[in-house]
Amino acid sequence: MDTHKDKNLTIKNMVKTFGKVEVLKTVNQEVRAGEFFTLLGPSGCGKTTLLRIIAGLEIPTSGSVILGNDDITSLPANKRHVNMVFQSYALFPHLTIYENIAFGLRSRKINADEIKRRVNEGIEMLRLETLKDRMPDQLSGGQKQRVSLARALVNEPDILLLDEPMSALDAKLRAQVQEELRRLQRKLGTTFIMVTHDQDEALVCSDRIAVMNEGQIVQCGTPEEVYDYPCNKFVAEFLGAANMLKAKRVDGGVETELGFFALDKIPDWNEGLVTIRPEWVKISENKPDHNGVLATVEDSVYRGTNFDLFLSPGNLRVRTSSYKHFRTGDKIWIELTASDLVALGD
Amino acid sequence: MRKSHPIIKALALFTVWFLYLPLLGVAVCSVNTAKGGWVWKGFTLDWYFKLLDNEWILNSAWNTLELAVVSTAIATLLGTILAIGISRFPWGRKTNSFLNTMLNIPVVIPDIIMAGSLVVVFGILREVSSIFDMGMIDMIIGHVTFQIAFVALVVRSRLALIGQDVEEAGRDLFASNWYLMRKVMLPLMMPGIVAGAMLAFTLSLDDFVLSFFLSGPDSQTLPLFIYAAVRRGVTPEIHALSTLVVLITVILVVGAERFSKKEIA
Repeated sequence: MDTHKDKNLTIKNMVKTFGKVEVLKTVNQEVRAGEFFTLLGPSGCGKTTLLRIIAGLEIPTSGSVILGNDDITSLPANKRHVNMVFQSYALFPHLTIYENIAFGLRSRKINADEIKRRVNEGIEMLRLETLKDRMPDQLSGGQKQRVSLARALVNEPDILLLDEPMSALDAKLRAQVQEELRRLQRKLGTTFIMVTHDQDEALVCSDRIAVMNEGQIVQCGTPEEVYDYPCNKFVAEFLGAANMLKAKRVDGGVETELGFFALDKIPDWNEGLVTIRPEWVKISENKPDHNGVLATVEDSVYRGTNFDLFLSPGNLRVRTSSYKHFRTGDKIWIELTASDLVALGD
Repeated sequence: MRKSHPIIKALALFTVWFLYLPLLGVAVCSVNTAKGGWVWKGFTLDWYFKLLDNEWILNSAWNTLELAVVSTAIATLLGTILAIGISRFPWGRKTNSFLNTMLNIPVVIPDIIMAGSLVVVFGILREVSSIFDMGMIDMIIGHVTFQIAFVALVVRSRLALIGQDVEEAGRDLFASNWYLMRKVMLPLMMPGIVAGAMLAFTLSLDDFVLSFFLSGPDSQTLPLFIYAAVRRGVTPEIHALSTLVVLITVILVVGAERFSKKEIA
């Protein structure tokens, strides 16, 4: 069972075109053995195509897929030790839950005792004991998804692929499944590659996230890295609310419509954008020593866990604790700390 | 649902009545003691029993059955393979619409055109081998040519219902082509295949035009027999025979309908 733990996946110069449409434009990426890796991006960015190429369900136009030391680019899906959880779950409607889970083992002609043991293990792992004799159409969405997971995992794949696994679940169940997936992945140590367009999902589950746009990986890093230090405007905005300020580089920082700000990392452009997350804008009673702005509260939106304040000038959004009350028209000092203010590239 | 106008309702009822009145008449006559005319003289099943004594009829019935069974078996196999080929091979968009048209033509083309062209083709083939002399083999081939399209259409719509991802899931779970076909695709396609076969069977059973053009001296079928007999004068036996043919057709059509609507479960 431990043989798969040292197999890194390498995607090399991957290109995929459908007719004249370039879905993937030269993707290079390594996925480390045992990590929870997420491909995050808007629909049509090529993330699902990339996943299907790894599964062997799509043939790349050029480029290669290397698993461990083997080039598996031309290996058909049924010969790859990689299994997939489909977006629609794709359970076999004519087979019981038990037989659905056993399918992969049976088609590899594994001996009966071993099948029984592994299927029961899978059933136990995903708490399906009471459902194993039912048919797929008697199950709820969440149950189908657990069956789909069990069906893939009993094969002990080198990599488990998850295609938008939570898109068909309601919000409450989604949060639960996110945690379950994470727990399962840590326990098994199997490499998980998940495709999603939901940034919360990506942030909660992943060891590393690759943000994709228009057929390319724009930025890859830990959830903290991509959220705290987005490399460009697309990543900053796709991963949540972000304040954007047009800026010109000057000595020691940038000049914006709100005045001069010192930056920890001086950008390499002359004119561009700087960004800060709403929750990192600090509010203070007195004028801060550096990077302070005197602002007026234009609107305040109560969101349960916090307030969102909209300030002028600059139309800044600031997130503040819900026990602090501000009224429209209040004048407050805010501080955009040099370390939290990030200069964006192209 | 919107309530329909009384006139529309009346029209609909009248149409249904108009369609089925003759059939009902035939059925009534088949159990009437009277030998002719429209006078009810009492219930009898004699005409049905008399059918069993008529060697011509039994012979035609046997031919009809043989023709229907053999042609349906061949057409079901070929039609199913055709449906899989059309819907699962990544054809281009143009090829796909071309194939669609080709598949629909045998459905809408008049039987008589089909029959005429088959007569010509078999005429040429006869030069090559006497196997193609007028008779059962020609009729089987003729029936298969139009049955294939019906089977393929029904099976194809079933395939569309099954969707591609179950198939992909099978591949992903290490199934070879053959294993996937046997364990996933065939069981899921079966209702469509059975419905298509039933439809093909009734089409062959009722076919007159093609059989008329292609039959030989020893391959008379029931529709041909009924046609010949009616020209000599309608007898209660013919009514009985017609009623039986209609009954079998109705049962098969209803069966096919139910099978093709069977849910994927």
